[in-house]
Amino acid sequence: MGRKGRFGIYGGQYVSETLMSALIRLEEEYRRLSGDPQFARELFTYQTGYAGRPTPLTFCTNMSRELGCRVYLKREDLVHGGSHKLNNTLGQALLAKRMGKKRLIAETGAGQHGVATAIAGAVLGLPVEVYMGEVDTQRQALNVFRMELMGAKVIPVKSGTRTLKDAINEALRDWVANVQDTHYLIGSVVGPHPFPSMVRDFQSVIGKEAREQCRKAEGRVPDAIVACVGGGSNAIGIFHPFLADHVELIGVEAAGKGIGTGEHSATLCAGEAGVLHGALSYLLQDEHGQISSTHSIAAGLDYPGVGPEHSMLKDTHRVTYTAVNDGDVLEAFSYLSRTEGIIPALESAHAVAYVMNHADRFDKNEIVVINLSGRGDKDVAGVAAMQGGAS
Amino acid sequence: MSRIGAAFQKNGIPAFIGFTVAGDPDPETSVRIGKALIDAGTDILELGMPFSDPVADGPTIQKADERSLTAGTTPDTVFAIVRELRAYSSVPIVLLMYFNSVYRRGIARFYREAHDAGVDGVLIADMPVEESEEAVAAAEEYGIDPIFLVARTTSDDRLDAIVRQARGYVYLVSVLGVTGAREVLPPEAFELLQRVRSHTALPLALGFGISTPAQVKACADAGADGVIVGSAIVEIIARNRHDSGAMELELRRFVSGMKAAGNAPCR
Repeated sequence: MGRKGRFGIYGGQYVSETLMSALIRLEEEYRRLSGDPQFARELFTYQTGYAGRPTPLTFCTNMSRELGCRVYLKREDLVHGGSHKLNNTLGQALLAKRMGKKRLIAETGAGQHGVATAIAGAVLGLPVEVYMGEVDTQRQALNVFRMELMGAKVIPVKSGTRTLKDAINEALRDWVANVQDTHYLIGSVVGPHPFPSMVRDFQSVIGKEAREQCRKAEGRVPDAIVACVGGGSNAIGIFHPFLADHVELIGVEAAGKGIGTGEHSATLCAGEAGVLHGALSYLLQDEHGQISSTHSIAAGLDYPGVGPEHSMLKDTHRVTYTAVNDGDVLEAFSYLSRTEGIIPALESAHAVAYVMNHADRFDKNEIVVINLSGRGDKDVAGVAAMQGGAS
Repeated sequence: MSRIGAAFQKNGIPAFIGFTVAGDPDPETSVRIGKALIDAGTDILELGMPFSDPVADGPTIQKADERSLTAGTTPDTVFAIVRELRAYSSVPIVLLMYFNSVYRRGIARFYREAHDAGVDGVLIADMPVEESEEAVAAAEEYGIDPIFLVARTTSDDRLDAIVRQARGYVYLVSVLGVTGAREVLPPEAFELLQRVRSHTALPLALGFGISTPAQVKACADAGADGVIVGSAIVEIIARNRHDSGAMELELRRFVSGMKAAGNAPCR
C-alpha cells in the first residue's frame, strides 16, 4: 500500500484501526466533492451571504507611517464568529452533512474553533459537542457561554494537562466510539490525512482573496506575509496561494516565557520530528518521545504539535519560522488597538509583534501583509486582569 | 514454533492474555505483578509501554500510564522489566505501545533492543498497516512478531492486507471505542471473529472490554483462540497499589477465575 497524505516525510495516518475506514471514506468523499461545482456553489453562498467574505485587506496608515513600510492586515477578525475558523467549519460541516453524519464533535483551545463549529452546526442543523481543556474553559469562559448559547454542548476535559492537546485526545476517543454517525471536525491543519490537506484547502480562501486584493491595491504581490502558527491553519491558508510567488513567508510561533525557559509552544523552532494525533510532524517532546507540556499567553497557540505541511515548509526553507514571547505579544495587542483601532486576538498579535520587532528589515515601499486571524474581544477580560494584577 | 505460536496450542481452550502497564505503579512492583500474572497461568503477557497521550486507551489505562511515567519509567526501564520476566519464565511477552515511542528511539534500534531483552511481539496501537512497512521489516529482521489490530470497521480489503503482514496473533477489537471494562460484549464482536476466521489461519484473540469470567466463557464458546484482559487487571493494581501483597493475591485469584471460565466445557 502506498504512503498517502505526505508532505515530504511528514503527515500520514497514525490512528487506531477503528478509525481507518472513516478516514478512507472521508478522503474519497472530499476528493469527490472538491471537484463538484454544486458543493463549491453551496460553500460560496455560505461564505459570502453568511460568513461575510470576502474580508477586507486593510491598509494601516498609522502603523505604516510609524514602522516605515506598507502594512496591510488581512481582516479575518471580521469573519462571522470573530476568526478565520469559520472558513473551515462551514466547509467540513457541509461535507459531513453530505456524508449523512448526524453529529459533529470538535476540540477547542481558545474557544474560537469551538465557537465556529457551534455556528456551523446551528446554521446547518447538526448537533455539536466540543471538547475543551478545563484550564481553557476557565481562561476563555466567554467563549464557553457563546458556544452554549448557540446550542453546543461543551465538555470540560480533566485529563493530562487539561489544555488543547488533551481536548484532541478526548475528541479522538469520542470519535472511535461513535465513528459511524459522527464527524470529527478538526480545527487546524493537524491530524491524520486527509485533514491537513482538507483544512488547508478550506482556509486557502484567505490567501486567494489577499492575492487578488493586493494586486488590485498595489499592482503586485506583497513582499512579505506574516502569520501566527499554533497548529497553523490561518498561516497555511494565507501562505498556500503564494508558495510559487517571490514572497517572503514568515510563520510566528509562541515563545511564551522564552524558548530557553521551556515554557513555550514554539514547535517548529524548538521541536523534533515525532508522531502525535495521527501525523508525523515537528513535536515538542522529551528524549523518550513523551509529549511536553506547553505554555502560551494565547490559548489557541498552546499546543505541542504543528501541521505536517509546515514541517515540510520549514525543512525546505520556503517559510521562515520564528517566535515572539508573551511580553511582546501584549505590547502588540495594545499597539494595534491604540494605533489602528483594531483589537487583535492574542494569537494574531504574535504576527503583529514580529512586524513591530523587525520593522527595520523592510523599506518604505515594501508591502507587508499580516494575517489578522482573529479579533481580541475574547481576550480583553484576561488582559485587563493581567494589567490590573501588574499595576 | 515461536513462543507465541506455542501459547495457542491448547485444544480449543482460549489462551489467557493478560495486560499490565510496564512500570505501574512503579518498576519494582511491576516485575512482581508480571510474575504473579505468569504464576496464575497467564499464557501471553502483554506489557504496555507508558505514553503521555494514549488516545486508544480509556481512563483506567491512561491513569496507569501516568503512574508509571511519574515513577520514572522509560523504554530502558521497560526493557529491564522484560529481561527480569524473561529470566523468570518462558511465557511470551508482547509490547503494546504508541508509534512515537518507537520512532523516537529509532525504529531499527527499538526492535533490536526489544529482541535483546526477550520480547516476542510488538503491537503499535496507532500504526495501521498502511504505515507499517519500516516497522514490519525491522520486526522481521529481529524475529519479533508484528501484531495488528482488526476492528469491526475494518473492510475485507484492508483485512487481507493486515493478515498478510501480521504474525503471532490477530488482536480483534471487540467494541467501537477505547480500552476499558464493559458490562457486556456486543454480538458484533463474535460476528467479527467469524469474518476474520475466513481470511486467516492465524490465532484470533478478542480484546477491549473483557473483564468477567462470563465474557471469557462467551469468547471460548464463540471459538476465540485467545482472550485479552487489560483494564480489569489494571483496576486491581490501582485499587491495591499501596499493598502489593493484597494486589498479588487478588491478581492470582482473578486470573485463575478467568482461566477456569475458559476451560469450562463448551455449552
